[in-house]
Amino acid sequence: MTEEVFFEMKEIDKDYIMGGEPMHVLKKINLSIQEGEYLSVLGPSGSGKSTLMNIIGCLDTPTAGQYVLRGREVEEMDEVELAHLRSREIGFIFQNSQLLNRLTARKNVELPLIYAGVLPKERRKRAEAMLERVGLADRMDHLPTQLSGGQQQRVAIARALVGNPSILLADEPTGALDQKTGAQIMELFSELNREYRTVIMITHDMNIAAHARRIIRIIDGEIMEGGSVSDA
Amino acid sequence: MRKKIRGTFVMIGECIRMSMDNILGNKVRSFLTLLGIMIGVTAVIALISTVSGVSGSLESSFNSMGAGRLSVSVTGSDLKTGMTPEDLAEVTALDSVDGVVPSVSLNGRVSYEKTVESNVSVSGRNAYYFLSNPDMILQGRALNFIDDDNATYVCVISQKMVDTFFFGINPLGKTIYVSGIPFSVVGRYEEDDGGGVASMFSGGSPDILIPYTTAMKINNSREITSFTVYLKEGTDSEAAAAEIEERMDILFDFEDDCFTVTAMTSIEETMETMLSMMSTLLAGIASIALIVGGIGIMNMMLTTVTERTMEIGLKKALGAIPWQIQTQFLIESFLLSMIGGLLGVITGLGLSYALCNVLKTNFVLNTGAILLGVGFSAAVGIIFGWAPARKASKLNPIDALRAA
Repeated sequence: MTEEVFFEMKEIDKDYIMGGEPMHVLKKINLSIQEGEYLSVLGPSGSGKSTLMNIIGCLDTPTAGQYVLRGREVEEMDEVELAHLRSREIGFIFQNSQLLNRLTARKNVELPLIYAGVLPKERRKRAEAMLERVGLADRMDHLPTQLSGGQQQRVAIARALVGNPSILLADEPTGALDQKTGAQIMELFSELNREYRTVIMITHDMNIAAHARRIIRIIDGEIMEGGSVSDA
Repeated sequence: MRKKIRGTFVMIGECIRMSMDNILGNKVRSFLTLLGIMIGVTAVIALISTVSGVSGSLESSFNSMGAGRLSVSVTGSDLKTGMTPEDLAEVTALDSVDGVVPSVSLNGRVSYEKTVESNVSVSGRNAYYFLSNPDMILQGRALNFIDDDNATYVCVISQKMVDTFFFGINPLGKTIYVSGIPFSVVGRYEEDDGGGVASMFSGGSPDILIPYTTAMKINNSREITSFTVYLKEGTDSEAAAAEIEERMDILFDFEDDCFTVTAMTSIEETMETMLSMMSTLLAGIASIALIVGGIGIMNMMLTTVTERTMEIGLKKALGAIPWQIQTQFLIESFLLSMIGGLLGVITGLGLSYALCNVLKTNFVLNTGAILLGVGFSAAVGIIFGWAPARKASKLNPIDALRAA
């Protein structure tokens, strides 16, 4: 495996003002990820792990520090460049799948391709291929409300993958699922990682985090320890 | 670069599709929102096309009554209460005058056998009147100089009178009684009132025409108080009016306020100005409805943006740039307003068609009004959709996602 650096964070700080009180959410985060890694960020709620994910996903910008993604300084990019970066490099999976209820499963998966300017025919082909990949070939024209929680999360995964991103960012991907369905989703993640796709998963659940090959713990905005699963 | 342009078109097509989904997904709400625009456009279009229909028929009827004519009404002085036939001959002799038609009115009961009709308008005219309107006699003969000179008891009656008294009977040669005096019917003519609006201003066309000399005899008067001057072709009506006034001043011994000479064209111009001022004013009032409708759209779009905060955040996370989000919401308000505008055009045209029928004027399809209505609603959609669309595009994706 080549040890190419995917992204590197140096001394990242993030402050919020909540209800008039300044909050120091992330404190001097140093983190570096190689291409093809499978990382879990483990931490209790309020630890700042979601904020960390937003910064990794370029949805949010750090207050201080340096963030270099694939050799580019994120701080220097404008809103349009960041949108292009998200559309090309990053696949998001959110806790409660965040599907648009008015659209069918296939249309939901097509959504990122619309903003990438892909033509309708090609869009449809790729969305169908991706839904097949996650085992929903027979559910393409269903609305999200007609799907189970696990199926909804699979649609969300298909949507995250359809733009062929280099990194998959998942925030509590199994939080709303039962154990069995959760395990199936975890199996899918491992499979994707074996295809040399970088996966970063955020969770508060030790058992889920254990599926990753590397785990970091974050408490009160600070990375407490790093290492592989065997160390944890 | 070409790929980028094509991608933009694809994106806009997708925006239109999504907007239509949203609009149709909330049918009642969308309809209520676009109702304001619809009413505004309906009002503007109905007003403009009705007014243009009215002024169009006004113009044509004034043209038929009036180019090259002056109407003179005489109030007279204490010494001289009207124009004698000799005075009229003096006016007829003027350079610019082709002929003069006196108009002597009688109002009375007209009867034939058992049919009685009161309040029939009877007017005395001369032979020149019939000579200058050669097409008006449908049947029989016109009144001629012999009738004028001998004050004969003959009449020509309008089609309306034929229908009243002689339905299914040939009226020629029959005798009708006008205020008890027998008249022999010699002809039938078609009323040329030039449309409903013009007859409103010309006081309606008479039902029965008799020789003016006979009418004066019945009225027991020697003088004429109202007549129309037909000008020679190519004569300037203002100059002719001045010439006539000069001659009549002599006839009336330079007394003030004895008569008025009016050119039909100047009446028409006044009417046109009044109508256009009125229509501008009314269209201005109607456009307030458009602004209110625009505010309705803005309100609805702001609600939509709030409702779809999660959707906006998600789309941004998936790579939508602010411009694309703004375009989507702008297209939605534009479409909403345009649908309202198009419905308004349809109902506006229908309404003005109905109004034109009631006013008995010709309905003219006014493309200018349609373009104005459509253009106005497009502008309203963009102007009032701008702020909500901008708000949507500025939403921070994290806040937007957290709101879900």
